[in-house]
Amino acid sequence: MTDVKNTVAPALEDESQKPSIFGFWLYLMTDTVLFASLFATFIVLRGRTAGGVSGEEIFSLPYVFIETLILLISSFVAGLALFTARARRKALTISLLLVTGLLGLAFLAMEIHEFRTLVTEGHGWGTSAFLSSYFTLVGTHGLHILIGLIWLGVSIMFILQRGFTDRFLTRLTMWSMFWHFLDVIWIGIFTIVYLVGIV
Amino acid sequence: MKWVLKRLSQIQIPRIPIVPRVVVLLAWLLGLCLIAFVLWFAMHGQTVDVLQTRGEIGNRQRDLLVFASLLAVVVLMPVYIMLFVFAWRYKEGHHRKYTPKWDGNKRYETIWWSVPILIVSVLAVITWVTSHSLDPYKPLASDKKPLQVQVIALDWKWLFIYPEYQIASVNELQIPVNRPVEFTITSDAPMNSFWIPQLGGQIYAMSGMQTKLHLIADEPGEYRGMSANISGEGFADMHFKTYAESQTDFNQWIDKVHGYENTRDLDMSSYSHLAEPGTSVVQYYHLQDQQLFYNVMMKYMGHSIGREQTSEMTNMEYSN
Amino acid sequence: MEFFANLLGRMDLSYFWHGWVQFGAQLTLIGAVVLVIGLLTYFKKWKWLWREWLTTQDAKRIGVMYIIVAVGMLLRGASDALMLRLQQALASGNSEGFISSDHFQQIFTAHGTIMIFFVAMGLMFGLINLVLPLMIGSRDVAFPTLNSTSFYLFLAGVVLTNLSLIYGEFGSAGWLAYPPLSELAYSPGPGIDYWLWSIQIAGVGSLLSGINFLVTILKHRAKGMTLMKMPVFVWSVLGAMILVVFAFPILTGTLFMLSLDRSMGMHFFTSDFGGNPMMYINLIWAWGHPEVYILILPAFGLFGEVVATFSRKRLFGYKSMVWALMAITVLSYTVWLHHFFTMGAGGNVNAFFGIMTMIIAVPTGVKVFNWLFTMYRGKISFASPMWWFMAFVATFALGGATGVLLSIPAIDFQVHNSLFLVAHFHNVIVGGVVFGYFAGLTYWFPKIFGFRLHERLGKAAVTLWTSGFLLAFIPLYILGLLGATRRLDHYDPSLGWQPLFIVSGIGALLIGLGIVVQLAQVVYSIWKRRQLRDTTGDPWDGRTLEWSVPSPAPHYNFARLPIVSTRDAWYEAKHGGNQVFSGEYKDIELPRNTGFGVYVGILSVLFGFGFIWHLWWLVLLSSVALIYVIIRRTYDENITYVIPAADVERLDTRKAAI
Repeated sequence: MTDVKNTVAPALEDESQKPSIFGFWLYLMTDTVLFASLFATFIVLRGRTAGGVSGEEIFSLPYVFIETLILLISSFVAGLALFTARARRKALTISLLLVTGLLGLAFLAMEIHEFRTLVTEGHGWGTSAFLSSYFTLVGTHGLHILIGLIWLGVSIMFILQRGFTDRFLTRLTMWSMFWHFLDVIWIGIFTIVYLVGIV
Repeated sequence: MKWVLKRLSQIQIPRIPIVPRVVVLLAWLLGLCLIAFVLWFAMHGQTVDVLQTRGEIGNRQRDLLVFASLLAVVVLMPVYIMLFVFAWRYKEGHHRKYTPKWDGNKRYETIWWSVPILIVSVLAVITWVTSHSLDPYKPLASDKKPLQVQVIALDWKWLFIYPEYQIASVNELQIPVNRPVEFTITSDAPMNSFWIPQLGGQIYAMSGMQTKLHLIADEPGEYRGMSANISGEGFADMHFKTYAESQTDFNQWIDKVHGYENTRDLDMSSYSHLAEPGTSVVQYYHLQDQQLFYNVMMKYMGHSIGREQTSEMTNMEYSN
Repeated sequence: MEFFANLLGRMDLSYFWHGWVQFGAQLTLIGAVVLVIGLLTYFKKWKWLWREWLTTQDAKRIGVMYIIVAVGMLLRGASDALMLRLQQALASGNSEGFISSDHFQQIFTAHGTIMIFFVAMGLMFGLINLVLPLMIGSRDVAFPTLNSTSFYLFLAGVVLTNLSLIYGEFGSAGWLAYPPLSELAYSPGPGIDYWLWSIQIAGVGSLLSGINFLVTILKHRAKGMTLMKMPVFVWSVLGAMILVVFAFPILTGTLFMLSLDRSMGMHFFTSDFGGNPMMYINLIWAWGHPEVYILILPAFGLFGEVVATFSRKRLFGYKSMVWALMAITVLSYTVWLHHFFTMGAGGNVNAFFGIMTMIIAVPTGVKVFNWLFTMYRGKISFASPMWWFMAFVATFALGGATGVLLSIPAIDFQVHNSLFLVAHFHNVIVGGVVFGYFAGLTYWFPKIFGFRLHERLGKAAVTLWTSGFLLAFIPLYILGLLGATRRLDHYDPSLGWQPLFIVSGIGALLIGLGIVVQLAQVVYSIWKRRQLRDTTGDPWDGRTLEWSVPSPAPHYNFARLPIVSTRDAWYEAKHGGNQVFSGEYKDIELPRNTGFGVYVGILSVLFGFGFIWHLWWLVLLSSVALIYVIIRRTYDENITYVIPAADVERLDTRKAAI
């Protein structure tokens, strides 16, 4: 591991100076602003249940807590994968990425399950402003996860076909930034939507 | 095609004439005078609603507008003078002092940072004070009890309800002079804006909630009122007349409305008929349902009432 | 059968026919498209178009395409304006004018949307693309492919907007489509969706451009060009792009929510089920107010360049200018509520936003005085960009003053939603943004095309625009005071508004004539391009780096990258200061052409079209195709080509120059 660290550290510094990485930071910032407007709308509309259910009645904290754990672990594994990729260790990287992807899929499946349950119980997005904003905020995050998973799949294919090119490593760095970013957004959702919604 | 291109290239384009600077300047001055004259002529004899106000709120808003405009003129004058004087003096070939490397002066810059700050500070104080003193929600000081008028913006007409007098009117507002009027405003349509310029400024009418506006008329007269915010196809016809009159005339009008044979009853059922999209002539109603205004408002406020009640209300709406 | 009916969503033949006036517009539009296609085919120019233009990664060419599209849309927006003016001049009393209420409402919605999103934004991004890389001594923007993609997203918005004219209808709820009027309950047709998806897609393009130019400015400057040595135009673009990056995501989010309301039956902004229309109005102006400054800041910046150049003098108070720009950037986020004082938020809130608004007048005023003192003790040559500047200060100052009036809530209650307000914002946008960009176009035209625009026709255009502007909008100020609200398609004759509307219509005609003269100016200049040729590369005795390269600028911008040690680096170099070009020639690596942007643009049009007409299969297909195109691009390794150093040296006609 120390070996890896020594070779990687200077490359990392270079990387952060790259315009594309800087640009990607800016992109993440714009995405943050997008989520901020969704969060703001959710906070304004959370009480407007139009006689329908409120957050306390439908959210299950343990369930969401498991989702959160899964996403956090996947983020951790993604970080490891980036290190091994920089060390150009193909098999290890692919397996770590696969683990990340499976965890991401599990998260997505849990979220879809939660949505399905809500809809079948008659609490669809058209029931109230609160549910509209809930489905949209959480769903937009889910959509991002889906995009991240597609991106991940493409990355695995790319490693198998072309190996670690410089441009690919830059893209993988971006992907891992994206994945961590989604983690941060999810912490926001977990706190503002679920924790505050229940407590 | 080749032929056309060839022909085209043979066309002689006329030379564009050079107009002397003095002629241009004179043309501008003449033009400006002409515009001023035409505008004066076009305005002649018209009521300038925002300036010829007939109520305390409107008057104070007008005074503020005039004061701020004068202040603006004072600020603009030096800009215009400098613009044209500098342009003339320092035109190439006029051989004035030329300092190509002079790119700053602390003293000058301090002046034009601080003078605007000073002016804006004055304006800020005025803004703070008038935003509160002319807050449309603020009741007017008067020894008389304000007249309550509930206003509902409909597609595309105005319904005025006088709960004290058990009447309602469409597209006609009658108020006594020198008595404050408290408008409580909502909408059963897209967002509108309730505005009677000669009495004072406007406020939005929004469904599911109420806004307030306090106005008073100082002089008897007929004042135009309208919706100032687009609300759909018939929006341009969404205006009404406001009649300000003495208390006696006002009382007579109330009696007239009560006795008038075309006056119909206003309850939720006739209301929903009235609320259908379309423009309307002046109509009068006997108010049968004191809660009508609140019911109209509440039907959008599902979030504060139970689901059962909402459905009851919806049923009521559709049963008609 | 039902299956096929579902495939067509809510499409219906009846959406083709709306009446004779629209039929004329449809014919004109289709005719224009057919004409362009015909000419391209006749002259066998398709390949040339694809290779040289559509797939180009050169920022300058992308800039030119932005400007061509924007000018095309200016023609449409201006025709809309003339129709509005004609209707209001006619429709008094019994006369209903020549168009219906609904059509009138579509026209003003289209006019506003087109002028802001597709004319002003198009000209802005066009100008930035043309000169920003040159000004900072860079060969290109940071991400050329992203740049071309942004352009095609912008174009996709343009295409959708114009498609609504041929098939369907456009929004009729005003250019910001306030709910609940823009919700399904009150606007069930496809019009609002056309509006929504046009600007949603174009908005994403703008957002990406914002990121691109921000990185370009911060990471791609010439050696030695510290932030405080950047030309003031670059500063203004920096401010504008910071605004883009923070404001446009709000637009994206807001439109996203409105589209969910409309297509998924959600209740964000509906009147019932707990929806909150006021939330939309807050959000849209939290984007909308910065948007105004996004448009005006680059105009401010380029006037800084124009005044300094034509006064042959350093820009007065550079530091003040930079501080003022940054102050405006920050403050523009704190004023959005002044667009709806009349919602009744209460004295404290209204006063706060009113005061914040008038504070913006301070840095703006400082800028005006600095411009004036740049002229003071200068040697001013009145070329047409300087004429635009004079017209700008003369009109913009008035607009600024009425803006301060409007910022006082108690006054706003009396003039909000009236024609006074309409006159005010046209006053700042025409006088500021439009005049500014025209100045910029005239100023930088020779750098891109190698010849100047004809001077006297340019000055005739300034005269027509300015006098037309005064004639068109002073009556609107007066009409506002007469109590005329905006967006009226007819009014009572006893109000006596008709003469003023007629005067205003004449003004609009003069502006239209100004546009015609400008088109004539371009054609005439192309005709006379030999006489107007710019052989020096520096026709105005310029100050900044773009004038250091030949005209037209080579596609690689600089044969050798400049090294900068002062402000106005090129001017100083000409007058005995440090040289900007020195050292060895090096290989130049440039991006290869790619059709990536074109594909993304086409797929975005299909995606939007699917949403508008509820063709869900099309939405799905185009999304999948979009993902495929993007993945394909990541596999493309051969994305650059190299011009060898020897060739660069041979091509460099300015070797002997400073």
